Amino acid sequence: MSTFAPYTPLPTRLGRAWSGRRRWPLVTILGGLAAAALVLLPLAFLLDQAFSAGIAEAKQLLLRHTVAVLLWNSLRLTIACTALCALLGVGTAWLVERTDVPLRRLWAVLLVLPLGVPDFVVGFGWISIDPGLHGYLAAVMVMTLSLYPLVYLPVAGALASVDSALEEAARSLGLGPWRVFWRVTLRQIRPAVLGGCLLVTLGLLAEFGAFEIVQYQTFTVEIFTEFKLGFDAVGACVLSLVLVVLSVAALGGELALTGRGRAFRSGPGARRIASRVCLRGVRLLCGLAGLTALAGLAIGVPLGSLVYWMLRGNSTTLPPSSILADAGHTALFSAAAAAIATLLAVPVSVLASRHRNRLTIAIERLAYLPMALPGLVVALGLVSFTVRYAFSLYQSSFELIVCYAILFLPLAVVGVRAAVAQAPPRLEEIGRSLGSRPVDVFRRITLPLLAPGLLAAFALVFISSATELTATLLLRPTGVDTLATQFWTYTTNFAYGAAAPYAGLMVLISAIPAYLLSRRMSGLAAREPQR
Amino acid sequence: MSVLTVDGLWKGYEQSTVLRGVDLEVPAGSLTAVLGLSGCGKTTLLRVIAGFERPQRGSVRLGGRVLEGEGAYVAPEQRGIGYVPQEGALFPHLTVAGNVGFGLPRRERRSAAVEELLEMVGIAALSERMPHELSGGEQQRVALARALAPRPQALLLDEPFSSLDASLRTQVREEVHGLLRAQQVTTVLVTHDQEEALSLADEVAVLRDGHIVQQGSPVELYEQPVDERLASFLGAVNVLAADFRDGQAETALGTLPLRDSSVTASSGVVMVRPEQLEVQEVQEVLAGSDGSDDGIVGTVSECRYYGHDAVLRIEPALAAAVGTEWLLARVQGEHALAVGTSVSVRAHGAVSVLESEPLARPEAVVASPSPQDIQHD
Repeated sequence: MSTFAPYTPLPTRLGRAWSGRRRWPLVTILGGLAAAALVLLPLAFLLDQAFSAGIAEAKQLLLRHTVAVLLWNSLRLTIACTALCALLGVGTAWLVERTDVPLRRLWAVLLVLPLGVPDFVVGFGWISIDPGLHGYLAAVMVMTLSLYPLVYLPVAGALASVDSALEEAARSLGLGPWRVFWRVTLRQIRPAVLGGCLLVTLGLLAEFGAFEIVQYQTFTVEIFTEFKLGFDAVGACVLSLVLVVLSVAALGGELALTGRGRAFRSGPGARRIASRVCLRGVRLLCGLAGLTALAGLAIGVPLGSLVYWMLRGNSTTLPPSSILADAGHTALFSAAAAAIATLLAVPVSVLASRHRNRLTIAIERLAYLPMALPGLVVALGLVSFTVRYAFSLYQSSFELIVCYAILFLPLAVVGVRAAVAQAPPRLEEIGRSLGSRPVDVFRRITLPLLAPGLLAAFALVFISSATELTATLLLRPTGVDTLATQFWTYTTNFAYGAAAPYAGLMVLISAIPAYLLSRRMSGLAAREPQR
Repeated sequence: MSVLTVDGLWKGYEQSTVLRGVDLEVPAGSLTAVLGLSGCGKTTLLRVIAGFERPQRGSVRLGGRVLEGEGAYVAPEQRGIGYVPQEGALFPHLTVAGNVGFGLPRRERRSAAVEELLEMVGIAALSERMPHELSGGEQQRVALARALAPRPQALLLDEPFSSLDASLRTQVREEVHGLLRAQQVTTVLVTHDQEEALSLADEVAVLRDGHIVQQGSPVELYEQPVDERLASFLGAVNVLAADFRDGQAETALGTLPLRDSSVTASSGVVMVRPEQLEVQEVQEVLAGSDGSDDGIVGTVSECRYYGHDAVLRIEPALAAAVGTEWLLARVQGEHALAVGTSVSVRAHGAVSVLESEPLARPEAVVASPSPQDIQHD
């Protein structure tokens, strides 16, 4: 190899000019690392606490009879609930998206609504009309009715976007409609079904309030009891680690199953919208009856009993004025957590989409990890940290806010990531070639493009924090109540009438931003096609 | 109007060196096309000129101002160079008027200036639309108006027509051409379409293997390409062996004048374009009648009909004597001949000598750029 021109050392000023572009990634990388560290912090101190009494002790705590019972309870609950959710989710999605069942738009809204109602409020709704509802079957029912939308939503999306050309090709190859559904359609929506089932499983593992209400013993209930009533931090931490292992195993299982047979479209050409199946006679009746029953049980019962208790409660016990203070705390903590999580999500997303390398990919994956971490576990990790190393922060509002921020960081990243994709660097370059300085480019291009996504991320974290119960019970500053904890206090004392307004307020808090968000998102979606 | 000069530009990435000493001079007010296959570094060249990327070596000057090199680096926003990327890249959150006015000072954004620009590109009625409500051609026009708004000294167009439908492409191309003529802005157009380059540009520069292999007027390039590879990139070509004598080339198709009479070699290869061949139907092929003045005889073995013209592939009766297996001849559409027809072929017009060895710079490698010069994308 010969060198064409003699090599002249590059002027050093070139390096300095470069630094203008390189300084940003440095700040961004620090931000990304901070997010990753924050996620790892509770896990690290969970481990630290669990083995603080030695490995033998931890082993002994692990090999208890209780653990076997808890494993069996979790297993049979997960299997039954996930299967039921998959069945209900796929069935309703198919009815709404692929048949001509009447009032499709109404059903599409009603079927998703249970997501806006915290699971422990659903549990409250049932138990308050039938105090005898306890145990395995009650747990399965309450959780299925709360969680099936997690399957419905992605599957409905997938069904709406399945290329009907594939199904038509299968029909032309001699398959009947049922076999087409089984061999073609189901294959196409498989990743969506599996993804939904994963969310259901993670939700089940993390849930505390609903199980406590129906008195079904799971890991979270046991961990909470051991820590809060038995003051056994080590035992709680050991059980938490088991819970983390189960969650991560669910995550891995979903990855392994979806890895094969991803849905993709071969070849160009416009996608054709599938024709809908005509429902007539008995089939139509069955479909409508099923949808009505599901909506009635999942939305009608909890909201109905809520309204009932509110009306009844108002005549006897007016909600104390402290409900305003509680709402204020809830809003304050949630807003602070949303701000922190959104802020942390920005460097994570920017790194993942603009500076892709092994480190930034690892940071992004870590940022998604809390999806698999139950709130109780993160809270316990933070407690382990503050109690032993930063006691002044123990049960401070700061600790609670940080816990929310960690827990819901994945939601923020999802929102911000989409926004960053909306603002490709190319647009910033164009802005500069038109004479704008980098600062102005940020103000006039990057920020307006990011804003909707940042807003969405903020709203998502805010809603989730406002309706969080488990971690809040553990971490709230002494003497400070939020809507969720006050609701919990009343419910556990069977003061359903007094509890109802709190639940109503929480449903409102999560419903209003959710509504605005869905409008904002549909506006974004309409804007998306660029060509 | 300023002349744009690129000197000895080297630009490499971690894996490969894309530009290996690019020299380019874009005359003031001209439209110069940089022609090259996809992936040859055309876009990289534009991005370096615009200031989005920094080269390892080399300089960029615009009207006597050094933008890059000699220790200087002017930020993109201070260069006064407009850039129109392939897909337009309109700001999705701004209206058409907002996009066009982006580069103007604040008080001018709502003035008649924006309206004028929109009128100029023929989309005045769309000024309040959002980018996603526009067709591909309209987006392209907005992108052009946006780039022209701050009155840049130079304009860079990155394959601006390639994303348009064939029918729309010709129209938009003509309009843009007229517009740039009127504006007299120094323009670099990057394209992989040789027809586009030849028909639109005042000058064409061919980028290959990381450097400009030839730059000149479209006629110069088409008639006197530096080597066979370039000759066939610009259009179909017949390559014939020839003896050179007194500024003439003696070929199997007769004695033809050389375009460049300063040829010193005694023999070599010349290029004859298909439209330089005259084809005449004859009764039958008479073996041996390959007299150089009457042309050679052969048989039509293939006929591609394009409507306005047709290309015939002709197999000479005495391939060995002619030195080629087949000849390509372009005839008017009405003169298309059936396969199997016996013809005589004769050439007219001047011919160019092709370098027998493709003219290429020695395989050169940038002395590995130090890590901080490499942009991590």
